Amino acid sequence: MSHHIVEVKDLEYVYPDGTPALKDLSFTILHGESVGLVGANGAGKSTLLLHLNGCLFPQSGTVRIGHFPITRKNINDVRRRVGMVFQDPDDQLFMPRVFDDVAFGPLNLGMPREEVKSRVIEALRLVSAEHLAYRPPYKISGGEKRAAAIATVLSMSPDLLVLDEPSSGLDPKSRRQLIGLLKNFNHTKIIATHDLDLVMDLCERTIVINAGRVTADGPTMKIFRNEALLEANRLEKPLRMQGCPADH
Amino acid sequence: MKGMPPETCGMSRLDSAVGSMKDQDRPAGRERTVRCIDPRAMLITTFIYIAVVTSFEKFDLLGLLPLVIYPLFIMELNNLSPGAIGRKLLYVSPCALMIGIFNPLFDNRVVLHLGSLAVSGGWISFTVLMVKFVLTASAALILAAICGFDTLCVALEKLKMPKVFVSQLLFMHRYIFLTADEASRMVRAHSVRSFRRKGMKIKVFGSLCGQLLLRTLDRALRIRHAMVSRGFRGDVPLIRELKAGKGDTAFVFLWTAFFIIARCFNLPQLLGAFVMDKFA
Amino acid sequence: MHMADALISPAVGGALWTATAGLTAWSAKKLNEDFDDRKVPLMGALGAFVFAAQMINFTIPATGSSGHLGGGMALAVLLGPYAAFLTMASILTIQSLFFADGGLLALGCNIFNLGFFPCFIAYPLIYKKIAGENPSAGKIFAGATLASLAGLQLGAFGVVVETVASGISDLPFSTFLLLMQPIHGAIGIVEGLVTAAVITFVWKARPEVLLLAEKSSAEGFSIKAVFVGLIAAAVITGGIFSWFASVHPDGLEWALFHASGKEEFRNPEESAHSLLAGIQEKTAVMPDYGFKNSRTVQEDATASEEQWPAVSIGTSTAGIVGGGLTLFFAGLVGFLLRLIGRSRQASPGR
Repeated sequence: MSHHIVEVKDLEYVYPDGTPALKDLSFTILHGESVGLVGANGAGKSTLLLHLNGCLFPQSGTVRIGHFPITRKNINDVRRRVGMVFQDPDDQLFMPRVFDDVAFGPLNLGMPREEVKSRVIEALRLVSAEHLAYRPPYKISGGEKRAAAIATVLSMSPDLLVLDEPSSGLDPKSRRQLIGLLKNFNHTKIIATHDLDLVMDLCERTIVINAGRVTADGPTMKIFRNEALLEANRLEKPLRMQGCPADH
Repeated sequence: MKGMPPETCGMSRLDSAVGSMKDQDRPAGRERTVRCIDPRAMLITTFIYIAVVTSFEKFDLLGLLPLVIYPLFIMELNNLSPGAIGRKLLYVSPCALMIGIFNPLFDNRVVLHLGSLAVSGGWISFTVLMVKFVLTASAALILAAICGFDTLCVALEKLKMPKVFVSQLLFMHRYIFLTADEASRMVRAHSVRSFRRKGMKIKVFGSLCGQLLLRTLDRALRIRHAMVSRGFRGDVPLIRELKAGKGDTAFVFLWTAFFIIARCFNLPQLLGAFVMDKFA
Repeated sequence: MHMADALISPAVGGALWTATAGLTAWSAKKLNEDFDDRKVPLMGALGAFVFAAQMINFTIPATGSSGHLGGGMALAVLLGPYAAFLTMASILTIQSLFFADGGLLALGCNIFNLGFFPCFIAYPLIYKKIAGENPSAGKIFAGATLASLAGLQLGAFGVVVETVASGISDLPFSTFLLLMQPIHGAIGIVEGLVTAAVITFVWKARPEVLLLAEKSSAEGFSIKAVFVGLIAAAVITGGIFSWFASVHPDGLEWALFHASGKEEFRNPEESAHSLLAGIQEKTAVMPDYGFKNSRTVQEDATASEEQWPAVSIGTSTAGIVGGGLTLFFAGLVGFLLRLIGRSRQASPGR
């Protein structure tokens, strides 16, 4: 099933005001992998994610989803296959009811109504949020919003799930539930986050980005044990690995 | 333009406005009787009602009275709180009051004597104006409260309103809560640091609004990303089945018939004449 | 500035609804012609922004009163005229539905006054002329200030014309005009400055946003002028027509009057009137009670001629008795419904 790979090669991007965001960025992700994308604020994580489904187009270099580089022609196919969950669920849930939001993708893909409905119900069931279907997004809790936001992309049956800061703004219990939920998905996953504990739970592999470049790419545990590397990239050991002060 | 007294400046209005909007959008879990009335039927009935109410002559207080029944009836049938609607009316009434109050000034011909009390035409037309205001404005509020905003939007689309207009009505309604929350937080942050001043200096207002605007622009861009990521190509699809049945048609026709009868015949006059004929 | 339904006649409301519906359809068409997927979310979000910003008040120096951001011009500069008009229309729709701020029938008037004038008159004819092809912060500031002032003046003028044409208010045209224009002149200057400040703020921080609006308004201007002319003509004829309709009973109202057979209706009233006279004599509770045409001050014969046919309040005691009974019945219906509603709510709970 090698067609599920993501291949980013020599990606460069400079913002309209001249600030360089990404420089010579390359990596490959294989089918079924779950990859943590970590780095300081402004390292370029979000800009990179926007390239993965063609919200931004590379200024130079290529981004391949499956075997094809993303172009304006195949953009709709790419967007169906890459389920992008943005950081703020309020941006993701823009419709009057949760149901409409989950149905938005499938309807835009031109699926018949009956299929859309069954997909919506299935997607909401996967995130245990069936009861939210007819609620307006501004009347549900932060954790529920996150679950609903994930359902909005699951309804398109994506091959690849991309999540931007999935645990931000969640209380500890909701965060734990989210981790449990994501663990159950077999999708290829890319998770951009500052929450390194979450990465430890969910991702066997980690890519570290600094100033628009990949500075480390390897097994999560190996990277997190390398304190010098973390320090150089404005990161910190996950709390769980810092050990209890009482041990000293 | 709404001249706001200084003490209501700032956030109380924003907070209460957004609060009341959220309340209006009650969860669908609790069914209401006229939920099953087609929103198009409600919309059309409301418009006919408003057109009939406004068509009454400026001194025809008596003829207007039977039309009180419509909002009362619908409110009670749907457990809407007349108090909540009344409070909203009170809030926007100064606009009608300010223009209406000139009528007694300009038209002081006495047209009615109640005992020793002489009533001028201006006062009567002023009363008619205010009654019309209460009736029409409450009809609009009732419409929104019963149908729910998204259903109304679907009805508008089915009634051939342009799609772009309807889609961004939906978006606006969705993001009013967020933007207002953001604005609330900014104004609160301002007011806790501006100890004695009431209201806000223009300069502060300008930069506060500018900041809010920049945040709004950022949000718009993020929403756009979320939309195109899910295949947005200009159409905002909504699955809502509207089924107008015989009951809906009957609803429109019966009410319309009542409005027209009330418009054409002075019902209170007839009733009064009838009663006095019987009992005199 | 938001007109209520109670202030306008159906003729004026209908005419402006027609004009506004036409403008809405046309704007939507123009917007679809060069579709930009950035616009729809931007319109929604900016509409929400204007909505929120209008509820934040600032103090106008030395007056003690307060003002708020005028939405139309800011939107026109940020979105271009078509999208701005649609956005303004949505804001006013939501305000009328949720806050009864401006009526539903008056929605046409309100959208016209607060959307059409800033977006299709003040923006292209004033703002664009001043800001020009190579806008600078200074030009934008001057253009936005003047254009929003002009937009507000035109809007206020619209309110005056529509109100007077409706004939509900007794304010004479000239008095109303002299009241509204200076007040909105003062408000307009302050609002214009604030609007300009906000727009230049964006111009400095995100010039690309303003360029997005530029793009959409650049082309197709001559067609626009034609359409604007057509619609303005429609509105003016509609306005004149309805003005006649509401002042003289021989217009639309006259048609209603006849169709309803109201004239025949005067007879039972009169019989009731004579009946009333009898009762009055018998009871003498309210001896000086009734419709005293003769005691009115007749300053202006023609004016009274216009208005007397419309007077139907208090034609007799029957009216008052009937009115009381009507209100009583209405209250009774409400009360009964409430009882039924309570019992229905209570029964499934058991």
